Amino acid sequence: MPVMKIKKFTFTYPGVDSPSLKNITLPIEKNKITALIGPSGCGKSTLLRSMNRIHDLYPGNTYDGKIDLLDFKANKYNNILDIKKENEFIKLRQQVGMIFQKPTPFPMSIFDNVAYGLKIAGIKNKTELADRVEASLKGSALWKEVHDRLDKSAMGLSGGQQQRLCIARAVAVKPEVLLFDEPTSALDPISTGAIEELIVELKKDVSIAIVTHNMQQASRISDFTAFMYLGDLIEYDKTENIFLNPKEKRTEDYITGRFG
Amino acid sequence: MKRLYINKLFLALSALSALIGLGFLAWILITLFVQGVGSLHLSLFLNDLVEGGLRNLIVGQLILAGLAGAIGIPLGMVAGIYIREYGRGKYAEFIRDLSDVMMSAPSIIIGAFVYAIAVAPFGGANGFAGVIALSIMMIPIIINTTDSMLSLVPQELREAGIALGASKYRVILDIVIKAAKVGIMTGVLLAFARIAGETAPLLFTSETSNYFNLDLRESFPSLTVSIYNLANEPEQSSRDLAWAASFILTMMVLVINLVGRYITRNKK
Amino acid sequence: MEKIFQKLSFSSASLVLIILIGIFFTLFSAAKPAIEEFGLHFLGDPTWNQEVRLDTAPAATAVADDTIADEDDMMMLDEDDEDSVNTKTVFGGLVPIIGTLLSTLIALAFALPIAMGIAVFLAEMASKTVSKFVGIAIELLAAIPSIIFGMWGLYYFAPIISDLFGGFQVSLLTAGLVLGIMILPFMAAITRDSMNTTPDVLKESAYALGATKFEVVKDIIFPFSKVGIIGSIILALGRALGETMAVAFLIGAVYTIPEKITDPTISIPVAMAVNFGEASGLGESSLFYLGLILFVLSFGIISFAKFYFLKRVKS
Repeated sequence: MPVMKIKKFTFTYPGVDSPSLKNITLPIEKNKITALIGPSGCGKSTLLRSMNRIHDLYPGNTYDGKIDLLDFKANKYNNILDIKKENEFIKLRQQVGMIFQKPTPFPMSIFDNVAYGLKIAGIKNKTELADRVEASLKGSALWKEVHDRLDKSAMGLSGGQQQRLCIARAVAVKPEVLLFDEPTSALDPISTGAIEELIVELKKDVSIAIVTHNMQQASRISDFTAFMYLGDLIEYDKTENIFLNPKEKRTEDYITGRFG
Repeated sequence: MKRLYINKLFLALSALSALIGLGFLAWILITLFVQGVGSLHLSLFLNDLVEGGLRNLIVGQLILAGLAGAIGIPLGMVAGIYIREYGRGKYAEFIRDLSDVMMSAPSIIIGAFVYAIAVAPFGGANGFAGVIALSIMMIPIIINTTDSMLSLVPQELREAGIALGASKYRVILDIVIKAAKVGIMTGVLLAFARIAGETAPLLFTSETSNYFNLDLRESFPSLTVSIYNLANEPEQSSRDLAWAASFILTMMVLVINLVGRYITRNKK
Repeated sequence: MEKIFQKLSFSSASLVLIILIGIFFTLFSAAKPAIEEFGLHFLGDPTWNQEVRLDTAPAATAVADDTIADEDDMMMLDEDDEDSVNTKTVFGGLVPIIGTLLSTLIALAFALPIAMGIAVFLAEMASKTVSKFVGIAIELLAAIPSIIFGMWGLYYFAPIISDLFGGFQVSLLTAGLVLGIMILPFMAAITRDSMNTTPDVLKESAYALGATKFEVVKDIIFPFSKVGIIGSIILALGRALGETMAVAFLIGAVYTIPEKITDPTISIPVAMAVNFGEASGLGESSLFYLGLILFVLSFGIISFAKFYFLKRVKS
């Protein structure tokens, strides 16, 4: 059962004539990694950012269609595009987390960074916070490196460490879905490798959607791949099919580097 | 080559301009030092103006500026937050521009305005009016600096906070302000230094006092206003006192200024 | 909580507008008696606080006009005379207005070349460390309180000016020059910021063709930052108009139109600073009238600078 079902989703930015996303239908499978690939401007980031409604920080967007998110307890789907109230937005973002292209450590200590999502969710118990922070940092393969300086500022970490910190921070809230927006494009190859390993580890507990312009990365780590072009979903399939046996010519052209 | 000659001449002239600018600064500071240090005496800090000291004036000026800051800084910061974080479209832009213009407004006009609303109806000079006048001057400056510093915080930081489920005001207070903290602090200190050196807004609002009278309902001691009065008196002793006061005022203002800049010395 | 914070921040921001409107209305209503009494004639009248003979008229009509009790309006009724001669105290703003405008012009003329030179030095010439050091020095110059410029100007700068140019120590010239020194840092800083917005690639392309630094500044940087530079000049003008304390020390504070540049005169802020204390009635109202003129003038000029030239030089 997919954890998210995107159905005929159309999205238009404010003040723009034509939609940036046209009639997208796509599942996000549970505990799997789904990669969104395509050339610049194809709409993959726009689609990703619709999945946690972060677009709504900038009013004026219009959209159509549905994005259904599975409510695990009630075992039914809710259309997140219907969300209007502040507290529902907050709940959505606690269920669907996001990691950005540039590492975004908050100007606080390492501990406070990871604990931030928990604190605003109302968790005050010091032991619980400490336990969850430790678990997240271990889960992000950062614990060994920072366990003795949790009270130091996060700004002092290297780029790769900061990105892992952001992942730990997002994971601490125990979301069901994690959205990665080109998470390694600002990092060096070694950090990139570490993050990729981490993402694959994470899918045990969360479902993952990742936007990447790096095709090799997509083929390395993802289970499913969606190829997009100029706002359309051209092809969606298991990753090995997309890369070894694409059905659409445009997919094949992109994969083989004829454009993009 | 004529071109090279013109180039050299031009560069020399611009270096000369820099020297002129520095020269004036040095001239003024040296003057203050020479004139002021000679008149400096411990008694200046222990006596009030009525006995030929400056104690009440220094304390009074700091209190006026401090109270103005207590009002102006929070108001200015919250207003700056509105403009940068909440404002959508025309109104926020308008207030931002208005605030910029107000920053350069003549301080004597502010004084006249506050006189009309807080002095004339209440029967005479009072400290409250002085504080109000100074805070009116401070608010646009704080708005400007808060707005500028907040604009330097990358958008991704805000998005990361929202993506964790935080509400907007929490993101602003917990994350964005924190990230801009140092810059805002510098801005606040610089604004404070500027307000502490003002005279015109106090001239007919809180005026000044010879006594250590810290009652805000009456005319309130001010270092700057007293310098003006002392300089207009014929006695040499008044003039000496004016120089000593000028020296102390300038040192105060420059020190606060330098501290403010020191805080952001690594960031740019 | 979110909603409360939003409303709070909105109100704080609106405070600026409220204060501005408050200033305008307060000035206007305090100036109203003088505006009604003197009208636009005020702008061209050089007489300040002088008794002027009215045409002979019977006592009754003379008293009627003013709706406000003015102690300054001295009505002298000579009951012995058939033709009652009445005098009235008249205020005219021409001298302070001219003084304000002229002193500002002198300040601009003096400061402009120096400020441009400093800006070029900081933006293009100096090494990073020197630029930083000089930059801080210039900013310190800007931080010096106005009254200090007055003290220094009066006892140290003024005598030198009168030695060099003759005439009075406290004069239009002295005030204008010191005013120029005061706006110098501001003009230099904004000009430098404008110049720094010139894209490096543009400058590099010029150097790659063999241009000298002077040529790059003249042909590339200045045209590119022209708008910001003009804006800085106009903005400095707007600020100089309202400068009070330094000018109060140095301009002489006499209500006469200067015949020579080294004569003393007065400006609007100085008129207000010096006379406000003892003024009352029509005199006080006239000072508010002057204040209103100054406010409108400087507000107008600063807004003009901002909207046409300086759309936020930084980011």
